[in-house]
Amino acid sequence: MNLSNRSVAVDRSPMTFSERIYIPEIMKGIKITLSHVFKKAPTVQYPEQQKPFSPVFRGLHVLNRDDEGRENCTACGLCAVACPAEAITMEAAERKPGEEHLYREEKYAARYEINMLRCIFCGFCEEACPKDAIYLSETVMPTNYTRDYFVFKKEDLLITDEQIKERKAKKKKS
Amino acid sequence: MSIDIFLLIEKTALILILILASMGIAAYSTWAERKVAAVMQDRIGPNRAGPFGLLQPLADGGKLFFKEEIVPSDATKWLFILAPGLFIFTSLLTSAIIPWGADFTINTADGVRIISLQVADLDIGILYLFGVVSIGLYGIMLGGWASNNKFSLLSSIRAASQVISYELALGLSLIALVMLTGTMSLREIVAQQHGFWENGYFTWYIFKQPLGFLIFLVCSFAELNRAPFDMTECDSELNTGYLLEYSSMKMGMFLFAEYINLFISSAILVTLYFGGYNFPFMDQVAQMVPSGVFTLISVAVFFTKVVGFILFFMVIRWTLPRFRFDQLLKLGWTGLIPLALVNMLITGAIALYFFNR
Repeated sequence: MNLSNRSVAVDRSPMTFSERIYIPEIMKGIKITLSHVFKKAPTVQYPEQQKPFSPVFRGLHVLNRDDEGRENCTACGLCAVACPAEAITMEAAERKPGEEHLYREEKYAARYEINMLRCIFCGFCEEACPKDAIYLSETVMPTNYTRDYFVFKKEDLLITDEQIKERKAKKKKS
Repeated sequence: MSIDIFLLIEKTALILILILASMGIAAYSTWAERKVAAVMQDRIGPNRAGPFGLLQPLADGGKLFFKEEIVPSDATKWLFILAPGLFIFTSLLTSAIIPWGADFTINTADGVRIISLQVADLDIGILYLFGVVSIGLYGIMLGGWASNNKFSLLSSIRAASQVISYELALGLSLIALVMLTGTMSLREIVAQQHGFWENGYFTWYIFKQPLGFLIFLVCSFAELNRAPFDMTECDSELNTGYLLEYSSMKMGMFLFAEYINLFISSAILVTLYFGGYNFPFMDQVAQMVPSGVFTLISVAVFFTKVVGFILFFMVIRWTLPRFRFDQLLKLGWTGLIPLALVNMLITGAIALYFFNR
């Protein structure tokens, strides 16, 4: 059966004279290798150059905040339920008066942890969230020597003020 | 008989420069090898340590120095330690007889003094060469045997049989050369290749001994244990062979000595067949510039040719697959040795008929 039309039958005929003295064949080989000298290497110099991610890439999680810097998450637990790897743990708390600038609704997540060693980056949490509070970014998972590092706390997951500013600037443009 | 102090200083300086230059060239050969391999395989090669990765040899050397020294418990300890030293020593020994450049003159109180860029002008230079090359094998053999490891032992046995088989063809190809030169002194052989064109024919021995050159080239691949004849190291069967039990700088010295060998045999190939430091129109150039500058030019020419050969060795390594061991021996005994004998016969007949020597 021929799948690719590129298969070549192995030639097992005995070597001819020119093959037995090797030199013409060596010349052929050198011609091939030297022709590669002039070809451009397809290398991407990784840390300096980076290829763009595909639009559906699922990287590290981010906990969202709205434009005034209030957390979206209400600790409903739907993401934890949706998570097939059971990587998400959370504890809910009630918003006190005077904390309206921190949390958007009356309930918030006091503790929110994702164990990145369990996480399979399926993105189900993002789909389950009714408040657009969690989504997967384009950041590649970093590496580390300790296991503790990989349990990401709420502080590690929340988007920063700069990121909010950047997002605002982008919105204004469009 | 009093020893000429001046001569002593001159030769000591030359030896020091030679050792340092061999080390430097060997170090940068490792870099060049990786770059050549990378370029031929559409890769970039080392480029992180310094510009174009030029500090890579230093980084590699530093790494090897700080690695843990391990001597296997069953190894014959002093032979195990002696082997890399012996290997690097013999690889440096050959450089003594190579004329690295044209003589230059300086004026002293006693008159004009001629300084030659050759450590020792032996009148049996080629014999010395054979002797040292044969001793060089002991480094590999002792290393492989003293490690008390089957892979290492197999590798050193292979090295021994390979070097012995190819040394025959090497010697026979050189006998044909010696028939033409009439001398074994490398200095005179280079002097005979003066310029490029004389009396209606090329002076370089590559043009007078093309077949001999080819045999010598193939044999030097085998003597160097380089691909396609790197049977001693072949990673796929012997796990790098005699290097297997070595660690740290002892392994570094083996690797280093191999590159020094590469450099030295390129130098020998250039000396014997590619005219040494001679280049076309050298007489005209010699009249135009002072003798010191001319010596520098001739050294530069010599090293350009040597670098060319080193690059050629590397291109071959990254082009050809490894021979099987029986193919290797078959090529040596039934291919190269009869060819070298025929070459000797033809050379002898021609030398007798045309030059009556």
